[in-house]
Amino acid sequence: MPIMKAEELVVNFDDKTVLKNLSLEIEEGKIVSILGPNGSGKSTLLKVLSRNIKPDKGIIYLEDKNLAQISGKMIAQQMAVLPQSPQAPSDLTVRDLVEFGRFPHQSWWRGKSEQDEVCVGWALNQTGLAQMADRVVSTLSGGERQRVWIAMALAQKPEIVLLDEPTTYLDICHQLEIMELLATFNHEHKLTVVMVLHDINHAARYSDYVVILQQGQIFAAGKPEDVITEHTLREVFGVESEIIFDRACKPVVMIQGLTSKKI
Amino acid sequence: MLNKKKFFCNGVRDRSEWRAFILVIFAIVALGGIVLSLSVGALSISLQEIISAIFSDSSGANRQVIWNIRLPRTLVGALVGINLSLAGAILQGVMKNPLADPHIIGVSSGAGLAGVSIMVLFPHKEYLVTPVAFLGAMLAAIFIYILAWKGGIRPVRIILAGVAVSAFLNSAISALLVFYSDRVHGALMWMVGGLSARSWPHLDIILPYTIIGGILAILGARRLNILNLGDEIARGLGLNVEVSRISMTAVAALMAASAVSVVGLLGFVGLIVPHAARLLVGSDYRYLLPASALLGIAVVTLSDTLARVAFAPIEIPVGIIMAFVGAPFFLYLLRRDA
Repeated sequence: MPIMKAEELVVNFDDKTVLKNLSLEIEEGKIVSILGPNGSGKSTLLKVLSRNIKPDKGIIYLEDKNLAQISGKMIAQQMAVLPQSPQAPSDLTVRDLVEFGRFPHQSWWRGKSEQDEVCVGWALNQTGLAQMADRVVSTLSGGERQRVWIAMALAQKPEIVLLDEPTTYLDICHQLEIMELLATFNHEHKLTVVMVLHDINHAARYSDYVVILQQGQIFAAGKPEDVITEHTLREVFGVESEIIFDRACKPVVMIQGLTSKKI
Repeated sequence: MLNKKKFFCNGVRDRSEWRAFILVIFAIVALGGIVLSLSVGALSISLQEIISAIFSDSSGANRQVIWNIRLPRTLVGALVGINLSLAGAILQGVMKNPLADPHIIGVSSGAGLAGVSIMVLFPHKEYLVTPVAFLGAMLAAIFIYILAWKGGIRPVRIILAGVAVSAFLNSAISALLVFYSDRVHGALMWMVGGLSARSWPHLDIILPYTIIGGILAILGARRLNILNLGDEIARGLGLNVEVSRISMTAVAALMAASAVSVVGLLGFVGLIVPHAARLLVGSDYRYLLPASALLGIAVVTLSDTLARVAFAPIEIPVGIIMAFVGAPFFLYLLRRDA
């Protein structure tokens, strides 16, 4: 059974249709990347899956439950969401922020439990933040800050995490650091990862499954080596490319230039 | 004086010590403000005399002054301070906007137009000012919410709708004042906000809102913290963002409306006090709310004391004093923190 399933999603912004009857199944324990050019609807799709945009039509299932019919708290116990460039009040410490990840497991009459402490400590350790737990988040570098948000999501103890461009604004080293971190959690804890990515090569290297969007519809979906092709890059992104394969037999895209008809 | 930087850099334990320290200081200043407000005036009364006047049934002059004039006035001031500063603290969090205060949701302009209308159109029915102003405040707040609603509430839309509605209502107030320029004085005093002649009946009006609103605010503190992380993160953590935002705004509206309908349009407290408190205790609402409430008490009672004695026997409206003394102090805090 897929952990998440979207059926015939339609989203309209004013009179523009952003998602057109889009259906998608996400298998448990996989890393799924959503790719597409600007305006293809990939961020919108993630926002619909994370309940930040209500679809005009269509149903989303988390396991066998209709997302629209269960409480936000129940969802948050299973699913964590990391939006693009989140902002926190400037005086919060790393630990403060990670502790918020326990919010869905707490109730208003009961404060922090022992289990909450354990989960926060675990998330800090796993992300290599234990040493800087008492530092103020606004004094951290971009890469460290992104790790804090990921730690917050992990403290939620989710089965699935949705991320919108988690590596934007990071240098190449920190981009890889974030990708490796997610891959590790995927391997060790069977965490399902769904993310919107800009970098096609990152998607190719780290994903089990790639979804390529074009104008609100799925152009192609499948294993990276099957869908990331010269044809896809030409049709969807409008670029000419050469695809080579690395030692792990993952496709690597070498961009040659713009497809001439686009100029 | 203890150094905030040192506290924060040395980690979490020092930070909670710092917060406790600030809360204690605020509590002392608040209590000091109340005592000072009771003791200072045309008749100077010592602390001992205050206590005996409150707790014994003597019929001396002290008892008369304390029991009938200063105690209720001071308590009204304290509750107004709590209500407005909590309302401001809540709204700044809910709207994620540092300029949010009870003005922004139309409470002040709504109460203003309703109150001024009674004062200039029906001057014989002064007793209606408070209930009608309360009604006006709530109607304006609800109206702004309806205008801002479009499949959900976005803070920016509330703020812009609030600015527009307030501008409209304020121009109506100005029109009234121009047409009835002979009756302007009372209305003007009320619009600046003052505690003059406020007594037990006024206290009865505010007290339930302070108690209920205060409890609801404290219960909502964790939600406010989550809301402060932004809508998308809050939703991801399972918070019902729409319901939380509406319910907390309603709490703020009720608290602010009860305060301004009694004392007039005190502007300064709701905007500046929460910021001053935030600069000192940080943005965690579990500390920020009590700190704002205590600082609100201190600011209003101290300002009112000053307003009574500074140019005695003439009394200036507390709103003027507050902004005159408070604004420079706030600017000092702001500069120091940067």
